[in-house]
Amino acid sequence: MIIQQIFNGLTLGMTYALIAVGYSLVFGILRLVNFSHGSVYAFGANIVLYLISLKFGLGPAILIGILLTGVLGVLVDKTALEPLRKQKAEPVASLITTIGISNIIVNLLTALLGSQKRAFPSLFPAGDILVLGIKFTYTQVGMFVVSLLLMLILLLIVNKTTIGLTMRASEQNIKAAQLMGINVNFVISFTFFLSGLSAAIAGALVSSYYGMTYASMGYMAGLKAFAAAVLGGIGSLPGSLLGGLIVGVTESLAATILGSEFRDSMAFIILIIVLIIMPNGLFGAKSIKKV
Amino acid sequence: MAEKLLDVKNLSISFGGIKAVEDVTFHVDEQEIVSLIGPNGAGKTTVFNLLTGVYQVDQGTISYKNKEIQNWTPQNIVNEGISRTFQNIRLFGNMRVIENVLVGRHIRTAYSLFDSIFRNRAFKKEEDQNIAEALKVLETLGLYDKKDEYSTNLPYGDQRKLEIARAIATGAELLLLDEPAAGMNSQESESLMHFIGQLRQLGYTILLIEHDMSVVMNISDRIYVLDNGKLIAEGCPEDIAHDPLVIEAYLGGDQDAQD
Amino acid sequence: METEQNTKTKFSDMLPILFHKYGWFMVGGIVLLLLALPLLNLNSYLMNILVKVGIYTTLGLGLNVLVGYTGLVSLGQAGFVAIGAYTTTILTKQFGVNFFLAALLGAFLAGFFGLLIGLPSLRLKGTYLSIITLGFGEIIRTIIIVWQPVTNGPMGIRNIPSPELFGTKLTLYNGGLFYLVLALLILVTLFCQLLINTKTGRAMRAIKGDETAAIMMGVNVTYYKIAAFIIAAVISGLAGSIFATQLGYIDQNTFTFDMSTIILSIVIMGGMGTIRGMFVGALILVVFPEIARPLMDYRFVFYGLVLVLMMRFRPQGLLGWKDTAPYPVSKNAFNLFTENKVSFSKKLKRALHSETRTE
Repeated sequence: MIIQQIFNGLTLGMTYALIAVGYSLVFGILRLVNFSHGSVYAFGANIVLYLISLKFGLGPAILIGILLTGVLGVLVDKTALEPLRKQKAEPVASLITTIGISNIIVNLLTALLGSQKRAFPSLFPAGDILVLGIKFTYTQVGMFVVSLLLMLILLLIVNKTTIGLTMRASEQNIKAAQLMGINVNFVISFTFFLSGLSAAIAGALVSSYYGMTYASMGYMAGLKAFAAAVLGGIGSLPGSLLGGLIVGVTESLAATILGSEFRDSMAFIILIIVLIIMPNGLFGAKSIKKV
Repeated sequence: MAEKLLDVKNLSISFGGIKAVEDVTFHVDEQEIVSLIGPNGAGKTTVFNLLTGVYQVDQGTISYKNKEIQNWTPQNIVNEGISRTFQNIRLFGNMRVIENVLVGRHIRTAYSLFDSIFRNRAFKKEEDQNIAEALKVLETLGLYDKKDEYSTNLPYGDQRKLEIARAIATGAELLLLDEPAAGMNSQESESLMHFIGQLRQLGYTILLIEHDMSVVMNISDRIYVLDNGKLIAEGCPEDIAHDPLVIEAYLGGDQDAQD
Repeated sequence: METEQNTKTKFSDMLPILFHKYGWFMVGGIVLLLLALPLLNLNSYLMNILVKVGIYTTLGLGLNVLVGYTGLVSLGQAGFVAIGAYTTTILTKQFGVNFFLAALLGAFLAGFFGLLIGLPSLRLKGTYLSIITLGFGEIIRTIIIVWQPVTNGPMGIRNIPSPELFGTKLTLYNGGLFYLVLALLILVTLFCQLLINTKTGRAMRAIKGDETAAIMMGVNVTYYKIAAFIIAAVISGLAGSIFATQLGYIDQNTFTFDMSTIILSIVIMGGMGTIRGMFVGALILVVFPEIARPLMDYRFVFYGLVLVLMMRFRPQGLLGWKDTAPYPVSKNAFNLFTENKVSFSKKLKRALHSETRTE
């Protein structure tokens, strides 16, 4: 029974990892925690459902929805965050701005689509397989495999392609990257695009898993994914993966052992413990104070 | 015979395997002006950070008035009578000139929050004293007329003076000044150095960091030279200026390749 | 050489001058107006809104101590409001405790949690701190849901009794509730104003200005950060106690992250660090959704929009200009200064004495 719960947790944790990656990508390059990421995730799921309701096929709806969410990510940066960077505003200004954006996106979704929960179609066939006494639904397997695949693709992009190289260079030192001829603004936009993309995919997967989607779904998931990113060391992609899995499993176990009301608090407890004991997370780097 | 106000022995600290400060020993006597010079990156500010409790020492002792203060918290060190200024100006930009100096008075202020809110006699007495002290310090430094300006609106030279005013307001006797003349032209830095000399007349002991030797030549009683974390020379300005090791440190070690 | 006078002065440039010159008149006039307000016999809908404005102004003032004075962006104020509200409500409804005593206990408990949440804040900067305060707000909500025997969980507490003063109930209809809120608001305003030019206020503002420099000047940053949290928590708790009696019913959905966002929006829009800003911010942000009802659900986008637009175009807030009034120097202080009854070091005093003696 416990083993079953652990594997359930791993599946869900994989999606947290996929969302957490979005936080890490943006933090890596801008040293900013993108508070609006959760709402972008919600947007992704909701736009896919909306496109489906407009009689787009499942495939096209997902594809277009994902791309639109990527664009939303870029828009958020271009309209709200880039001007602040130009103004050399204090970091707290960006934090507050992303809180505002989150609020705007969620409330717009609520106003346009309603606050009730709407049914989301399955992306995978019904049924399950039995492996060593543990039951996996096709949806769970699909979620896990798709998420893992995407994470690997992202890792590949970041570590093995030229544009990934420009991303890593900008992460290290934006000024130097600029002087080397890298179009830093493009890199930042691309980062937000990837971040939105992965959030939308995660949104579609999770909505399909629970069979429903709603405007404020990004709130909890966003916070849990943030806990996962911090646990793994925000800025680190492998860290986000590991963090997501740990949060997923812990949550599953807590729900089974302590009761379902504690499901949501586990992530907060992990977050608080991590921030108090090792704020740099599992794979994060420590910095030296300069006076 | 002047007593050693500050006595530093075998000071060492490493950061991730790199020895930033290695086995540094020096002292400052009462009412001396001592300069710590060396090329950029030599570890001078690191020494200040060790003296003021920002970093913990790996090895060595720091004694102030015969009391060991290494690894104390910065607040306790200020309380003992040592305060500092910063290489890159760190004023409270959201506060006025006089308020910056009043923050310096913080550690010498005893009244409680209760006293503050109810504005009782204890509060008024001490606060008036604080304000008077602050005004006096500002007047001595020539900043009195600007007391109500926001600190970021001051010209650069005045900002540096304000940092010194704030450090003085803590009631310190030993002032650690980190490149106080940085960014000034030769006229301004000469004027500042002259003022630092006057501070000594007023009873202060001063330890200066500077990377440009010529700035502190006339004002220092003694000079220590730091390079790559190690002390490579010490003595009076005349000797230091002609020390071959010092000259090499400033010109760079590439000359070795020719030997 | 004559330069052309630009006769067009911007309104925003006029405001600071207006406030500077007529500040005290404005304050006096507003206080008188507020005191007379219930006598105007406005309908209960309007009075309700005014009470809400008063409560949110108080909440804004509380958060302002954290954000505006000390520079700590807290997203969990709703948690402290909940603690005050639930504690007071349970004590008055379940145990018949007098409202004012219950509110004090509620404030005390809120302050205690302020201390708890302040502790992790010491090691965290910027966003991490904000996230942890957000987590705190959520944990309080979870406790409300889970601790059913005490809080009645998701079913909430209804029929919350009105505060009683000398046997009279203070309700919306007899104006009592309004005066109660007004009294709290005045007390909190006085407190926050008095705090500024004191050792505590300066320490907090120094932390906001440059925390490292504050440490190096001897400020016990730990103590003052926690103090800021406790003060903000106590103020929020007190406001929460009154808020509960206004609403009549509370559950975990009364104290959500949305409430914390609204309070933050008030502080940001009004002008963080200023007291006047809190009044204007609360007025605008509480009244707007009411008059924007035709916009239906779209009006809630306003709060987020305020945050984004303010940070972009006027981060100091609507009324957030730097005060240009000279720092208040009492006659006594000035006399001490001119009569040279100061010494900024023991050595200095000796040196000055020896100088004057040799003259």
